[in-house]
Order: sequence, then structure tokens, then C-alpha cells
Amino acid sequence: MKPDKLLHPTDKGLYCPPGDFFIDPVKPVDRALITHGHADHARAGHAHVMATRETLDIMGIRYGENFAGATQEATLGKAVTINGVTVSFHPAGHVLGSAQIAVEAGGTRIVASGDYKRRADPTCAGFEVVPCDVFITEATFGLPVFIHPDDGGEIARLLDSVARFPERAHLVGAYALGKAQRVIALIRKAGYAETIFIHGAMEKLCTYYRRQGIDLGPLAPATIDKGARDQFAGKIIVGPPSAFADKWARRFPDPVACFASGWMRVRQRAKQRGVELPLILSDHSDWDELTQTIRDTGASEVWVTHGREEALVRWCELSQIRAKPLNLVGYEDEAE
Amino acid sequence: MGVIAMKPFAALLDALVLTPSRNAKLRLIVDYIAATPDPDRGYAIAAITRDLDIPSVKPAMIRALVEARVDPVLFGYSYDFVGDLAETVSLIWPAEEERPSPSPLRGGSMRSVGVGVSDGEEPPPGSAHLRDPHRPPLKGEVKNADLPLATIVETLQISSRSDGPRLVERWLDALDPPGRYALLKLITGGMRIGVSSRLVKQALADFGGKDVTEIEELWHGLAIPYTNLFAWLDGTGPKPESAAAAPFRPVMLANPADTEDLARYDPADYCAEWKWDGIRVQATAEKGVARIYSRTGDDISRSFPDLLAAMDFEGSIDGELLVGHFEDGAIRPGTFGDLQQRLNRKTVSAKQQAKFPAFVRAYDLLQEGGDDLRPLPFETRRARLEAFVATLPADRFDLSPLVPFKIWEEVAAKRNAPPAPIIEGLMLKRRDSIYVPGRPKGPWFKFKRDPFLIDAVLMYAQRGHGKRSSFYSDYTFGVWTGEADDPALVPVGKAYFGFTDEELKQIDKFVRDNTVERFGPVRSVRAEPDHGLVLEVAFEGLNRSTRHKSGVAMRFPRISRLRWDKPPFEADRLETLEAMLD
Ligand SMILES: [Zn+2]
Repeated sequence: MKPDKLLHPTDKGLYCPPGDFFIDPVKPVDRALITHGHADHARAGHAHVMATRETLDIMGIRYGENFAGATQEATLGKAVTINGVTVSFHPAGHVLGSAQIAVEAGGTRIVASGDYKRRADPTCAGFEVVPCDVFITEATFGLPVFIHPDDGGEIARLLDSVARFPERAHLVGAYALGKAQRVIALIRKAGYAETIFIHGAMEKLCTYYRRQGIDLGPLAPATIDKGARDQFAGKIIVGPPSAFADKWARRFPDPVACFASGWMRVRQRAKQRGVELPLILSDHSDWDELTQTIRDTGASEVWVTHGREEALVRWCELSQIRAKPLNLVGYEDEAE
Repeated sequence: MGVIAMKPFAALLDALVLTPSRNAKLRLIVDYIAATPDPDRGYAIAAITRDLDIPSVKPAMIRALVEARVDPVLFGYSYDFVGDLAETVSLIWPAEEERPSPSPLRGGSMRSVGVGVSDGEEPPPGSAHLRDPHRPPLKGEVKNADLPLATIVETLQISSRSDGPRLVERWLDALDPPGRYALLKLITGGMRIGVSSRLVKQALADFGGKDVTEIEELWHGLAIPYTNLFAWLDGTGPKPESAAAAPFRPVMLANPADTEDLARYDPADYCAEWKWDGIRVQATAEKGVARIYSRTGDDISRSFPDLLAAMDFEGSIDGELLVGHFEDGAIRPGTFGDLQQRLNRKTVSAKQQAKFPAFVRAYDLLQEGGDDLRPLPFETRRARLEAFVATLPADRFDLSPLVPFKIWEEVAAKRNAPPAPIIEGLMLKRRDSIYVPGRPKGPWFKFKRDPFLIDAVLMYAQRGHGKRSSFYSDYTFGVWTGEADDPALVPVGKAYFGFTDEELKQIDKFVRDNTVERFGPVRSVRAEPDHGLVLEVAFEGLNRSTRHKSGVAMRFPRISRLRWDKPPFEADRLETLEAMLD
């Protein structure tokens, strides 16, 4: 089967005509297969949703139990057939529950990888290479300037700063699903045992991660006791980046603004956001991981989506791999 | 001796970029100077003040180096995204050790951005294998600890244009990304780290417990890497002799005053003169060396070759640099907008020089031949100045005239009715005042004209930095244009000060409650004829501008009042501003 007969972009998202389903649709549809729980991939209001157990749970936490008409749990590595199309989910290493979705019919296999990363993450299963004919890759950090350093080194810089400025609060901006829990788990791995304070928006997800057996150590809400402005001096507080622009941030004494993101590799980006301590920590692949993964899948054709498509397409051309940008609308690349 | 060099310098640059507070920046520089030995600290300082020039290295050469290793298209995309050449190169540079070994596909670990697809012997450009995230850092990534700045600068200064690139290439291979960034900033200038040379001089003064004017006075007589300066600041050597020909003389500044302040002084003791709105300069020519200094002692001669060529005298004039044409025996000054055509340019074309000729309107004479006039009273210096200027080319130098007055009320009235738009107000100078550096209280006052005021409507707000990062504190405001019954707002300026902390909270709340759209750190707010926030904006002057949609650009705009009482449709129209242009 010609690949674009098997999957092609529509204004609702990536659609599979023979299987009559969408992958990560941005508008309500009858049947949706969802790669992971981030809001721009997982939306409420579909009649039927198929996703991993964790992604379904996360959607329930975010949107309420009635986020879809019906749900179907996908077991990693187990193939199912939808209207004659074989579908299977495989770990993507992005956040808890994240999966790549392999779609196969008429001898053609396409892997829609959603968001993914290759390096180890204590909070989710590692990426698995799925050989395929067409690989659909994200390109959030699809420029050769993006090489994420070792995460242990980044956490060490945070802990050094905490030790050096015991009178200041360290505000770590981290996306509420995945990044926040990974940052906390990495801080624990580095041996920091004190209470970490979290923004209210993260509480439910942190509780869920712990129930899944991920050790986050002692956590407490970052609420302020009356007249105790100093209670956060020398502490680590984790909150969503948007909260930093919020009145919420004013309760902390002389805070050190930290931001855990792959964007922090670029100084002017960090400066623009008023970040004093940039932490280069990403749940997306860096340039080397993207290009290596394309090779690893053995795909003869690559479709590039959300991010810097043109650079990755160029790299594929130089490597004599057919490639095209896939113009999907509705995905954010700034938030994470 | 084994000098740890590049790492602290790289750390200093990184910290300076991300530190918003001036005091924290000063502390960072002072700490660096204290911890770094000679001559490295001197080279670092010279790089930050942009006094270091390495002729064998140019940005185009750096670009050529990187494009030999990285596909130029991928480099171009990256440069567009990052926006700074040194930073892009530092991040994208594939170090020598990472280049591919000849076995295809799995052989090398080259960053997969290479060129050379056509050559069948080369592995495909994507022959990278995934770097194991748990393996130790690359060999080259830690070696930068022992590359002294002095080695880099001194080697490049004696190397040819063909050797320079080869050396830079080798160092780029040996350094990690922050080290590469620091290296490239060191050798190409173009710091963009938010540090002025004035700030560096202040840090040097703080470090040595000296007054900043002493540093400014010495600065142009010092040779990089400033070893004798540091010896003095360390307390291990004497104060360096001011060795430069045509040295800078620290400038005397005035305190602001109003009628009430002046009432305490006798008007008979003071002279008045116009305060011209150009750039305050010191034009010094001695023993065949001519220099034009800014008031902080930066040598800006290069921007004004036309004026420099006319400086055939022995002395040092304190005055205002303006642009203007010589007609009928007098210079007619142009607008501040005309002057801007000559500012911040590394080279000035003959056409620009002809269209906007620079001249000096003289206020004071600090040195004449062998005589230092600074210990003499103002009136005596003024007489010497008048005689001195009379000998200079009349199209390049003229006198700032004195403005006669009897009582302070006269001064107050005159400052608001200046004979030319390029006047900011009046200067008042005690007749017996000697010329001393800094801003002493009493001898000199500036009495500015009242600012222009308009009522504008808040259109966009941007988050601030540092202590203000949780507040929307930078405001873009507009005035009405178009048909009276269907008006539209056109932005006319930006302001981020002038309000109290309490007012900041109020505006911040308004912004959050009235957000229409968000664009990263910026929000647009409701700005409709019947709903919005009117800001009274004060500004010092207005220029024509082709870069702004409104066609005008304000000088020093600030928020003077919040007009919660005023409906937006009552705010000013663009025509009001246009009328102020003439
Ligand atoms: Zn995601």
C-alpha cells in the first residue's frame, strides 16, 4: 500500500482511511489512538480512545473520568486489528505511558512516534526501535545546535546553586506532566533528601506517578504560612513554567529562576525568559538522537512534524533518505 | 605556570548574560578580577570593553571554518534560530575527535551535520551513532581548563591571516561549548552580554577601592593587558602615569535643579547657557594626536572622521557634538534624528559625512597648549575658550552662547522657550567654579525644559526581568489614528519606568484581567475606545522614524501618570504628535 493511503494529515490530525481512526487528533473524532498524555496530543471529547493504561489514567486525571465515550487499553508490543489494519503500541521514552504507534496494512508499516527521547529516564520505559518503512518523527529540537548534555551534570548545577545560595529559594520551572516528576526523581537520584515543594497544578500527577511506583521522596505543597516568608529560603520549588509569570511566584524570597528545558541550550532564550539558572533537561530527542533514530528504524521515508522540520528534512536529503515535512496543525513546541 | 583560564572566563560571560542586576554584574567582574592572574584578567577586561582587536580574526573567517565542517544549509537554519554567530558556532561545532573514521555507517561518532555527500569514499553524513548518554564527556570537553587567554591573544596577534584560522580551528576542537563561545567572543568582540565599558571601569574601581574617574582618566594611556593598572589596584605598584597622548580628562557633570532649589543661591553668581541635546564630548588634540571621547571616556573618534580631521589645535575642549550645516557664517544644527544617522556606526560613508556633518558646540576649555585650565574659575576659562574657538575652523567648532538673565524666574521661563528644538534646557554654572570630575553639589546645575506629555493607550505589556519577572512591567502604548468615528491605535512607544511599585501592581492587574492574546512573554490587552487604560506619557523629544509604523519615535518616554479616570477615546491622536515634529 502507498504510505499516504495508509496515513495522511487532515485538519483533525493524522488519519488512517482503511482503519478509520486518527492518531493524536486535535479535534473530537470517532476513534482516536493517542501516543501520550500531553495536552496537545491527548484531547478530551473523542467517542473512542485507545491508549496505554497510563495515558488513559493521565487523561482521566486531567479531563475527568468522562473524557471519552469509551476507552480501550493498549498493551505494549501486542498487535490488534482495527478494520483490517494492524496496530501496535511501543514505548517512546518521552513521559510515563508514552508510546509510538505502529500502523501496518498491505505490507507497509508506518511508525508514528509522537514525542520521544532515547536517553534513560527513571520515570518511564525506554524507547524501543521499531523497524518500519515510514518513520514519523517529531522535530522539536531538530537543529544541530541542540545536543542535550548529561542530565546528572545539570542536576549537579542546580544542587550546587542551592548550596551556594542558602538564603534564596530555587524555583524550577518544569512542565507539569513528565518533566516535573523526572526532575524530582533525578534530584533524588543525586542524593537530595529534603522536602521538595510543588505547585498545586502538579499535585495529582505527582501522586499518580508515586502510585505507579516512582520514588519522588518527600513532597509538600508550596503554600505559604502567614508571616513565614523565609520558609522557602534554601528550598527547591517545582512549578509549571507558566506559574513564574504569575503572582504565585511573588511569595518566594529573592528566588533563583531555573528552567528545565531543552531550549535552555541557547543563552538568549534563557535570557529572554528571565532565567538565571538554565537547566538543559529535555524529554525530547536532541539532534543526535533524532538522526540516529531515523537510521535505526531503517525507514526508507521520513515524515517530519512539529518543530524545525526543514533542518531534519535537509539532513535526510543529505543522507539520501526520502523525507517531507508533515504539516500537522495544533501542536505546540514551546511548552516543554 | 599552569593557568586555569578559559573556564572561569566562560563562566563569567555566561553569568553576565543571565544576571539582570547591575550590582550583581559588578560583583561578578570584581570576583573574576580578584581570582584571575595577570595577564589573563587584562585580556578578559579588554575583550569585554571591546578594546581588544585581533586583526587576523574576522567573523567571516569563523563562518568559513564552521561551514567547512557543517553543511552550510544546516548551519544557516541554526544561525537563524540562535541569532548570534559565536553562540551558533560554539553549539554546532563538531570537534575533531568526533569526526568519522572511514568505516561507513557505524564507524565514527561525527556529529551528523557534515558535508561531502558526493564523495563515495566518505561515509554518509548521517553516520553518527547515538552517543551513549552515560559515557563520560568527550575528551575535548574538559581540556579547556589549560588554555590561557594570553596564549590565545598573543599567538593570534603575531599570526598571519592564513595561520589565524588554523589556530582557531584547533582551539575550537579542544574546547567545550561554553569554552568555544568564550573563545569566539574573546577574539571577535561583539559581546552582546549587556556590559558597558563604563560598568567594567566601575568594577575595576570597586576592586581597587578607587574612584571611577581615576580609572577613566588613565584608561586611554593604558596598554592591554593593563598589568601596571592591576598592580596599582592590587596595592603592589604605583598609580600608572597618564601616558597617553591626548588623554581623557574626567568630565564635570551637573545636578538637576528646579526653581525651588535655585532660590537658595544668588543668581548673580551664575552664568547660564543652553543645554544642547547632542552627545557630550571631549575633543582633545595634543602633540599631533586627536581624539574624541564620550563623557565616560570611550574613544568615539572613529565615528567622526570629518570632525577629527578638523582638530588641528593643541588643547582639550568640552562641548556638545551635533550635526549641522555651515551657512551664512554660522552652523545651523540639525535634529537629534539627524545626529542618530551618525551614531553607533563603525564606518561612516562619505555621503553620510556630507549629509550630516559633525561639529562641536563648545562649553569649556580644559587644556590649552601646556596649560591645564581646570583649576581656574569658569569665567576665566570661558574667556580663554572664546579666544580659542575663534582660531578654529568655523564650520566645525562654535561657541555655546551664554544666556543673559537677572533673576531665577527668567531662567525658569527661558528653559521652556528655547531658540532651537535641539535644546534640553539650561545649564547654570557658578562663575568661580573650578573644573572637577564627577557631579559635585553646587557649582553646576541643569534646569531641564518640561517634558512633552501625551495621553496614550496601553496596547501590549511584556514581563520584566529580575525582581520584576512576575510583573508585566514593559509597556507599549499607542495613540489614535484614522477616521474619527472608526479610530485605530498605532503604537508610538515603549516605556518601562516612571511608575511607583504600587502603580506597577495596578497595571499588572489590569494586564492580567484584560488580556486578549499571549505571545510568549508578551500580552496584548483590551484597548478599545470605551475600554482600556490611558497612560500619561512624558518624553524629551520626538524624531521622525521610518522604522516605526507611526512615523515617529519618542526620546526617553516614561509613564508619568495613570489616567484611570480617562476613557481611551479621549487619548491623543497621531496628528498631535506629528505637529510636535516641526
Ligand atoms: Zn509531549
